[in-house]
Amino acid sequence: MLSFNQLKRNLKKDFNTFKKIRVSILAEDSSQLLVQAIKGYGFELGYNIEINECGYNEVNLQVFEPNSQLHSFPSDFVVIVPSTQKLLKKFYSRSHAERITFADGHLLYIESLTQTLDERSDAKIIFCNFLEINDGVFGNYSSKVEASFLFQLRKINFELMRLAQKTPNVFINDLLSLQIQFGTPFIIDNKFYVNSDITFSIDFLPHVAKNLLDVVKSVDGKIKKCLILDLDNTLWGGVIGDDGVEGIQIGDLGVGKAFTELQLWAKQLKERGIILAVCSKNTDDIAKEPFNIHPDMILKLDDIAVFVANWENKVDNIKHIQSVLNIGFDSMVFVDDNPFERNLVAENIEGITVPDMPEDPADYLSFLRSLNLFETASFTEGDSVRTNQYQDEAKRIVYRKHFANEGEYLSGLTMVAKIEGFNKFNIPRISQLTQRSNQFNLRAKRYTEKEIEKFSNSEKHVCLLFALNDKFGDHGLIAVVIGELKSSNELFIDTWLMSCRVLKRGMEGFVLNRIVGRAKQLCCKKVIGEYIPTSKNNIVANHYKDLGFEKAGEYWELDVESFEEHKMYIDKE
Amino acid sequence: MSIEEIIKEVNSIFIDVLDNDEIVVQHETISDEIEEWDSLNHIQLVVAIEKHFKIRFTAAEIVNFNNVGEMCVAIKIKIAS
Repeated sequence: MLSFNQLKRNLKKDFNTFKKIRVSILAEDSSQLLVQAIKGYGFELGYNIEINECGYNEVNLQVFEPNSQLHSFPSDFVVIVPSTQKLLKKFYSRSHAERITFADGHLLYIESLTQTLDERSDAKIIFCNFLEINDGVFGNYSSKVEASFLFQLRKINFELMRLAQKTPNVFINDLLSLQIQFGTPFIIDNKFYVNSDITFSIDFLPHVAKNLLDVVKSVDGKIKKCLILDLDNTLWGGVIGDDGVEGIQIGDLGVGKAFTELQLWAKQLKERGIILAVCSKNTDDIAKEPFNIHPDMILKLDDIAVFVANWENKVDNIKHIQSVLNIGFDSMVFVDDNPFERNLVAENIEGITVPDMPEDPADYLSFLRSLNLFETASFTEGDSVRTNQYQDEAKRIVYRKHFANEGEYLSGLTMVAKIEGFNKFNIPRISQLTQRSNQFNLRAKRYTEKEIEKFSNSEKHVCLLFALNDKFGDHGLIAVVIGELKSSNELFIDTWLMSCRVLKRGMEGFVLNRIVGRAKQLCCKKVIGEYIPTSKNNIVANHYKDLGFEKAGEYWELDVESFEEHKMYIDKE
Repeated sequence: MSIEEIIKEVNSIFIDVLDNDEIVVQHETISDEIEEWDSLNHIQLVVAIEKHFKIRFTAAEIVNFNNVGEMCVAIKIKIAS
C-alpha cells in the first residue's frame, strides 16, 4: 500500500486528462487529511476527484438545509463518515430505558439522511459503517445486556447492511472490516483524536481511501470479471508432471489445506459470476487429470471457462484467453506463484492485475482476500451462470470453423431473440449492464436501478431489452436500448449497449430494426445516434456509419421513412 | 546520539514530509518560519519522527513543543530510556 506521504505527493501531479468525479464529504470528525488521501489515491486510479468538503460535524445542517454547501454542489457521490466516539457520547446521555431503543432511533435518523439525500439528488451515497469500540463498561457481559453500547453499536452496523440492501443508491464503505484486518491500535492514533479530532491514523488513511474508491470504481464500471489461475504450486502443492496425481498436495496431504481453501474461495467467486480460467505450463491431459479424478479437488473442469495448458509463453496464452472471453485485460487478475511468470505477464499485458503473491502458500488466501479485488456494485442471480455461457462460446468458435461463409454459419446457429420492456425483474440486471459494459457501449452512460426505473415509467422514453439464445445455449440479456423522444419528432438513442459475446451475429441490425419500428409507431421522422468515445469503446466508433446513419455534426441521423430493414438470421420469439 | 545529530536527522524528515529540499531547521526554528509547517503537516511530521526514532510522543508533548530544539531534546530523552 502507498504511504500517506506518497498520496500527498500525487496532489502536485497533473490530473487534467483524468475522468472527473465529484465527491462531497460529510464527516463528523476532522476530515482534512482524509480528503488529501482520497484525492491522492484517485491519481493512482486515473480519477480527478473533485472534493467538496462540507464543514466539520455539520451532517444535519448540510443534508437538511436546502441551500447548504452540499446541495449547491453537483455530487456524483456523497460520502458520510460518522464518528463512533460521538455516537458513544450521545449514547451515554440517554437514560437506561432509552438505551434499549438507541440503535433503532439512530437508524431512523440515518434513514432520514439517506432519504433526504436520495430525494434531492441522484448522487450515490456511501455510508462508512461505525468503527467498533468496546467501552469496557460491561466487558464480555455486554452481549447479555441489550442496553450496553456494544450491543447497540453492533445492531446499528448490522442494520446498516439492511438499509443498504433496500436502498439501491446507498453503498457501505466497510471500515469495520478494515478495523478487523488491521486492529484498533493501527487505525486510531489517540493523541491526534484528543488534540485535533482526527480519528484515522496517518497509516490507516490510504486504506480508507482505497476502500472508498473501490466502491466508486465499481459503480463506475471498473470491475474484475475474470480470475486466471496457474496450477502447480498455486492451485495445488507440488508439480503434477513430476509428483503425479497421488503426489500433489491438496486436501489432507502436506500443506494441502492452504490450496483446498484457495480453491474453495475461487469456487465461490465463480458462483458469484467471476469467470475462472487456467493458464499453466503443462501437458494438457496431465494438467486436467487432477480435475477429473482427484477426490479432493474442489474445482472441476466445468468450473473453468477456458483451460489453457501448454508450453507456450503465458503472455500469448493469456491473450488467447482474452480473445475467447472478449473482455478487457484490465478486468483480469492473474495468480501465479512464480515471480518470473508474474513479471513477464505484468510487463507485457497492460492493465492486467498481477498480485505479488507471498512466498508461503499458507498466506495466499488471506493475502488475496485483503486486496479486495472483486468489489462489485451489483449482484444478480444470472451472474452465476456466466461460466456456462463462456464455455458455450468456446464451442461456437470450434463449430464456426466448419462453415465456409458467414451466412451459412449464422443460419446454422438457429438464433432466437426475445424482446421485452423494463420491469422490476430485469431492472437490476439492466442497471448492472450499463455499469459493466465498456466496449460495445455508444455513450457509456452509467445508470443506477433507480434511474432505470424512472426511464421505465417515463412516457418520453423507449426502453428495449433483448435476450438471445442459439443451439449452443442461452446468452441471457445481451442488449439494452434507451431512446428518448425529443420534441422535434426525433428519437434520440441515449443508450445502446450490447454484450460483446454476440458481436458479428447480425444482432446490431436486428436491434436497429426494432428501434426504427418503435420510432415509426411513435411518428418519429428521424432516429438520432451519438458516439461518445471512451478509452474502451473504439470498437463501436463506426457503429452508426456501418448501419447507414448519416453524419450530422456531432450526431448521426437515420431517416425513418426510407429505412430498409436489415437482413436477419435471427428469429423473434 | 547528540542533539546535533538528532536535528540533522529531523531535518531530513522535514525535507521528505514537506517535500521541500531547501528546508534547514535549527534549534530555534519555529513553525511560523517554515511555510509548509502547518497544523496538518505537523501531524505527519510527528508520525514520521516517531517511526524514524521508534518512539511515541504524548498528546500533551506534541502541542507544547515551542521549537525544533525542544522536540529534539524530547527525542533524545526518549531514545535514551
